Amino acid sequence: MGLEELERLCTQVRRDILRMVHKVNSGHPGGSLGCAEFLVALYNEIMTLEDGFDMDGIGEDLFFLSNGHISPVFYSVLARKGYFPVEELNTFRLLDSRLQGHPATHEGLPGVRIASGSLGQGMSVALGAAQAKKLNKDQRLVFSLHGDGELQEGQNWEAIMYAAGKKVDNLISTVDVNGKQIDGATDEVLPMGSIKAKFEAFGWDILEIDKGNDLEAIVSGMKEAIRRTGKGKPVCVLLKTEMGNGVDYMMHTHAWHGKAPSDEQLENALAQNPETLGDY
Amino acid sequence: MKKYTYTEKKDTRSGFGDGLTALGRANPNVVALCADLVGSLKMQNFIDENPERFFQIGIAEANMIGIAAGLTIGGKIPFTGTFANFSTGRVYDQIRQSIAYSGKNVKICASHAGVTLGEDGATHQILEDIGMMKMLPGMVVINPCDYNQTKAATLAIADYDGPVYLRFGRPVVPIFTPANQKFEIGKAVMLNEGTDVTIIATGHLVWEAIQAGEELEKQGISAEIINVHTIKPLDEEAILKSVAKTRCVVSCEEHNYLGGLGESIARVLAKNNPTPMEFVATNDTFGESGTPEKLMEKYGLSSTAVVDAVKRVLDKK
Repeated sequence: MGLEELERLCTQVRRDILRMVHKVNSGHPGGSLGCAEFLVALYNEIMTLEDGFDMDGIGEDLFFLSNGHISPVFYSVLARKGYFPVEELNTFRLLDSRLQGHPATHEGLPGVRIASGSLGQGMSVALGAAQAKKLNKDQRLVFSLHGDGELQEGQNWEAIMYAAGKKVDNLISTVDVNGKQIDGATDEVLPMGSIKAKFEAFGWDILEIDKGNDLEAIVSGMKEAIRRTGKGKPVCVLLKTEMGNGVDYMMHTHAWHGKAPSDEQLENALAQNPETLGDY
Repeated sequence: MKKYTYTEKKDTRSGFGDGLTALGRANPNVVALCADLVGSLKMQNFIDENPERFFQIGIAEANMIGIAAGLTIGGKIPFTGTFANFSTGRVYDQIRQSIAYSGKNVKICASHAGVTLGEDGATHQILEDIGMMKMLPGMVVINPCDYNQTKAATLAIADYDGPVYLRFGRPVVPIFTPANQKFEIGKAVMLNEGTDVTIIATGHLVWEAIQAGEELEKQGISAEIINVHTIKPLDEEAILKSVAKTRCVVSCEEHNYLGGLGESIARVLAKNNPTPMEFVATNDTFGESGTPEKLMEKYGLSSTAVVDAVKRVLDKK
């Protein structure tokens, strides 16, 4: 997929996110918008995927979303990739929907391999899947995404220690470094110091993508991350993003972490992101 | 009273270890994980024979549960091993989200359950694990009674597709289950047919129930004794059939009476056939250090306690 086409897809994904959370007046638009470029690039330019959905994912790359609250962007990207009909985005957070508030396998939504939402569990799951790939002599990779605030959960550090100690080098874990969480700036809620230094100290290979909302930077950064796999170390990508990216009034604040826009705010936000591939 | 004798005593955890070894040979998809308790869980033989299929996680149970969930994606059948306390309470949310809610085919194998863990004391003696695990939708909960039954259960759960909690213990106990007895998940085992009272026991309490049955026979009381190794799904049919005959029940378990087997039985009875009932279980308390035998006695889990409970329930009949 060309850069221009990826851009158009990103704009449409942003519209999907905004319309989904607006409709049910709940959900998490901020982090979703911040990761739109990353997930669009990952699913359409970086990962090697098979057609259709198979839970075991033999012979294809796998992705695990650990910070499950950014389900709107995950669902939009999955639907636009063809895992399920885009019309189903209309059912987000409604009764009897496969699109639960946080991603789940329980209702059988294609594309989702683990429930997430209770934070800090995704890296362990990704590690297990990566080790299953090694046992199966499957050369494909496992990708995971985590929030920076999420790293406050202790289980992550068990997983980070294990991944390096056991040389799980078919795993690329990306941290969405947007510096914000529900209660404010991460450095105010719980100062974490240098995330990079911590991953380094644990023995990971670290790669930084400073322009985490720039498709070109993401694609080249993630291709470099893939080149670094298979060398005895797990790979960590520190992706610096802007929460609420693409909607001016949602940027540079943590206010839109878990709040839906009003009718008027939605109109404003959609005007900044004109329809490209057709609304659902 | 049917005679139950034994020639050997063994720990139920060895039944798990030997079952796991057999699975290692029979099923290439079986993998094992341990959080630094290989010796206690008797996993060394499996490791020696299948080093590539064993994952030493270190002292990090939350990570172990997550890794086990991930290993199922790719077709593996993970067996996690640590003490019951660290298999459940410590990692409840990890089990809830990554295994139970996600419907992953993980076998959570838990040793040193209950007070018979002994001298290490209450920090390690969990008496709430059955309750926690049975409340999780879709979780199967199994508590076998001796070495043979634990080995058979270990083999059986590999063939079942879905999350399972397998609970066993540390002390050596008599082996009275036939080695060739097939283990059917959710199917109670009738140990003795009787007419006056139904004694339903699980885990280490099954042997105590048998001994109580012998003592009761001397006193002219005919006890029906049922081994309920699967607490969930519960064999409701076997329980109701027996109660229709005896019209009173004593439940026996090495667990808090809150949340245990007894409460599951009481629910079935209250709904279908309200019946006088007594509970042999710990009385909403933590345990303490001591030998397994002394602890069973002090916490009201011995065969004497079962006999006393039968007397009480007969008075209510």
